[in-house]
Amino acid sequence: MTSEESKIVVQPLNKAKIRHLIKVAIILFIVTLCEFIIAYAMAETPLRTTIFVVMTIIKAFYIVSEFMHLGHETKGLRWSVIFPLILVIWLLVALLTEGHYIFDVRF
Amino acid sequence: MDSTVTATTTNLWGGGKSPFKVSYGKLMMWVFLLSDAFTFSALLVSYGTIRFSSESWPVPEEVFSAVPFTHQHLPLVFVGIMTFILILSSVTMVLAVEAGHRMDRKDVEKWMFWTIVGGITFLSCQAWEWSHFIHGTGLGGANLAHNEYGPAGFAAFFFFITGFHGTHVLSGVVLNYLIYYNTVRGVYDRRGHYEMVEKVGLYWHFVDLVWVFVFTFYYLV
Repeated sequence: MTSEESKIVVQPLNKAKIRHLIKVAIILFIVTLCEFIIAYAMAETPLRTTIFVVMTIIKAFYIVSEFMHLGHETKGLRWSVIFPLILVIWLLVALLTEGHYIFDVRF
Repeated sequence: MDSTVTATTTNLWGGGKSPFKVSYGKLMMWVFLLSDAFTFSALLVSYGTIRFSSESWPVPEEVFSAVPFTHQHLPLVFVGIMTFILILSSVTMVLAVEAGHRMDRKDVEKWMFWTIVGGITFLSCQAWEWSHFIHGTGLGGANLAHNEYGPAGFAAFFFFITGFHGTHVLSGVVLNYLIYYNTVRGVYDRRGHYEMVEKVGLYWHFVDLVWVFVFTFYYLV
């Protein structure tokens, strides 16, 4: 062991933080489990699709905010990451409309 | 000397302090992940466009209903297992980051190891899934020109989207291994911080995040 390495102080386990992370993990598991139950129990309807999209956004929120720690960063960084993604919503609307239009032309 | 340091740190853009209170490397990782998010969005949105403009589309639940070592019809079960594996490896990654904050080399090694195991398991599952999809159920299987399950576009998007995601998982495993190696070598102990674990952790969580979207829009909806 070099003299530099011997200077390192290992801090004790941050129990509150780990408990919080485990809680987030359990939420992710439960939401995924619910998705499965719905996939089996519900017929394919627009309502089911909406439920799936909402659940996906819930999972994405927890991963980005807690696991990737973005929820605890400065406001500027948070918005720098989230704001450009609004463009994706426009892309989605534009291209799905286009898809419907192509369908109408073809069939 | 001390007075000049305090003078620069009060000025946010003066170079004394990071503007977003994150290091340069972490900020650049966020910028990269944002651009990668656009790439994956483009792939998934174009999947939607082709699906909406097609006359028929296979029900994914019926296509992906095989599980290794059984011959039963178990829709989505195998994909579900893969999803849980990836979430689990995300949890071990976040525990490695936490251990890094505490300068606990042994714990970082332990959790990085399990993260790598999770990544390799996921990739192996995906290899099986691809192989099964390509060989099919005796009706010619699926490739870029032919698809027994429905329109050729369905197979093409399957290969592109899960393939592009799988490439990300593969490079994530390689990065995780490098970090694990450096940790074992004591590089971060000598450096005095474990920020590299955090940066690679961001990438690894992003890979998990993308799978959450692929799972919903490719397998569930």
